[in-house]
Amino acid sequence: MELIVKNARVIDPSQNLDEVRDICVRDGRFAPSVSGKAEVLDASGKVLAPGFVDMHVHLREPGQTSKETIASGTAAAAAGGYTSIVAMPNTSPAADSPSTIRLINDIISESAKVRVYQSACITEGRKGEKLAPYGSLKNLGIVALTDDGSCVQSAEIMRNAMVYAKTFGLFIMDHCQEATLTATSQMNEGLMSAKLGLAGWPAAAEDMIVARDIILAHYAGAHIHLQHISSALSVDIIRDAKRRGTSVSAEATPHHISLSDECLADYDTNFKMCPPLRSKSDMDAIIAGIQDGTIEVIATDHAPHSIDEKDNAFDGAPFGITGLETAFPVCYQALVMNGKISLPKLVSLMSTRPAELLKIEAGTLKLGAPADFVIFDENAEYLFDKTFSLSSNSPWLGKRLRGRILKTYVGGSEVFSA
Amino acid sequence: MVSEDLMERLSWSRKDLISTEDLARAEIDKIFTLADIFGASLKGDKAKLPYLKGKVVVSLFFEPSTRTRTAFEMAAHKLGADVISVASNISSSVKGESLKDTARNIEALMADMIIVRHSSSGAAKYLADRVGIPVINAGDGAHAHPTQALLDAFTMRAKFGGDFAGKKITILGDILFSRVARSNIYLLKTLGAEITLAGPSTLVPGEFEKLGVRVCHNLEDAVSGADVVMLLRIQHERQRSTYFPSISEYAKIFGLNKRTASLLKPGAFIMHPGPINRGVELDSFLADSGRSVILSQVTNGVAVRMAVMKLCMDAAEKGK
Repeated sequence: MELIVKNARVIDPSQNLDEVRDICVRDGRFAPSVSGKAEVLDASGKVLAPGFVDMHVHLREPGQTSKETIASGTAAAAAGGYTSIVAMPNTSPAADSPSTIRLINDIISESAKVRVYQSACITEGRKGEKLAPYGSLKNLGIVALTDDGSCVQSAEIMRNAMVYAKTFGLFIMDHCQEATLTATSQMNEGLMSAKLGLAGWPAAAEDMIVARDIILAHYAGAHIHLQHISSALSVDIIRDAKRRGTSVSAEATPHHISLSDECLADYDTNFKMCPPLRSKSDMDAIIAGIQDGTIEVIATDHAPHSIDEKDNAFDGAPFGITGLETAFPVCYQALVMNGKISLPKLVSLMSTRPAELLKIEAGTLKLGAPADFVIFDENAEYLFDKTFSLSSNSPWLGKRLRGRILKTYVGGSEVFSA
Repeated sequence: MVSEDLMERLSWSRKDLISTEDLARAEIDKIFTLADIFGASLKGDKAKLPYLKGKVVVSLFFEPSTRTRTAFEMAAHKLGADVISVASNISSSVKGESLKDTARNIEALMADMIIVRHSSSGAAKYLADRVGIPVINAGDGAHAHPTQALLDAFTMRAKFGGDFAGKKITILGDILFSRVARSNIYLLKTLGAEITLAGPSTLVPGEFEKLGVRVCHNLEDAVSGADVVMLLRIQHERQRSTYFPSISEYAKIFGLNKRTASLLKPGAFIMHPGPINRGVELDSFLADSGRSVILSQVTNGVAVRMAVMKLCMDAAEKGK
């Protein structure tokens, strides 16, 4: 099978490439040329970039397949321009054992529309008590370790997890949340929580764990990846650690750079997430962190929940929103259209850097690499009115967005077309 | 009976009363004028008024309450309505029926109004957005308790001769978890009063200053020269246990007693939404003294709720 995409603006941060040219695909990989039999696609006026890579996705299978399945979640990923995603291990059962990882691998090979990599738990059952068998799990192809929404509270366990993971070339991705400060938390602590009478989630609860993890990573000589940073002080702590040479990376979500806690005025549970939407000044600090390289990755934290769970009194509704399909336009609007960063920089945040951190074959258009790519129109506006996800808990559903994904290819095969 | 003309003018367009935050001065005045009329009727011939005759009011309490619930039900009776009481321990909520389904079922049973109390902030608005009949918030989580604030302000109004401008009102106690405090802040600010929030720094965060009030962590400063001190109950529940050292320390440092009450402006009075922890936030002697208007608050609660129920029911009827 051969394909040539003509006349696209080709952006590939892995090669410092940003120019109008043709891209050739042969046998599922990028090739220097194609024969006369190749399928021809004209992409004049459009952008072609390496397929996006999402380090933080909840696919809900096994265990909560009414919210999402590997089939539906990867269809949503394809529609968002994603070609590689990392599944979080908070499935039911939790992905903490070789048997569960094997089961999920089987479902992935049967039904996934894009490449799905698995993360596994730091501790058994995500209870924060006993290390999962990283050695055996690594042999099954996992790419990272995380207890996801259940942040390991014990410094001793976290230290040992970092040290033991390093043996196998694995790293920890931490959801930074100190538990005692957030036992009843519903939203960001601040003026809005005071007005709404909702229990506050102080940024300090994130900052403390960010600092702890950085100190432990420094001590253990391990790499630490900090998930969905939401607080200004956390950005400063990470910036300082990088300056000191600690091996740390951090991600931000599309919602934390585009929405603030003021969105919660009407108790709309589609703005309820963890960590919570914070103040405008936190938002600005995260964007500044993206600009100066402190935050290197955009990840969605795609978290599908059923309408019956979300349509509830605020403190009865679960945390999280879907994000795979809207990540690119939301970030395009918040970062590129606002002149905060260039389009190639956004491609790096959404593709090149996460692929490098995960050490997976993705995030590049280099010759010989798998032909995973996305074609989008940065100027196209559209109404986001239908989703491939089984859940509809998105604050952008029914809204107009700019920066439309037109086509997504995995291994040279089209997996999405608008 | 009051003239139909006057009753016609005393109307508004809200089907629900959820919060005091967006209540305009003119709306507050309508509630007070109606409450004056109803209060006089309650003290007078005590006959039932006909304004909610033939209506069914459901009081839906997912949290325990004595004072508020009784006052609402009394108010409904006095307006001629039939009242059905649903307490959380006997309702479907224990079977896991969602708040939405509970409300829709009540509406399907042809009820005409819901009075709701719920432990979740936002629950009253959630219901109001999902049913066509009026919803009156009898307290939602730590968010709002509008009729309590209205009856508090109504009680003060009688004492102040109607003028709140420049009056110094201190609200003392567990502000962080208090819906009564939040509703009073908005309402009293709209009426022109100057508000001080006081109590332990853990329960009175500085964030509240952004609402345009003074935050103070010293009892003497907080009450000196005040026209009114409103005390809030200190909750003994477990989640509060780390917020201050002990009840005895609280009583000593933040409890209002004869000595600290002497710092109030002469003629100042003491309020409490109840239930009182005697000897903790308020000295028992003061609670029973002439400075306390606590029982007037309870009596006024009926008239004020009658006013709110009539206004909301009329608005819903007109909207049909």
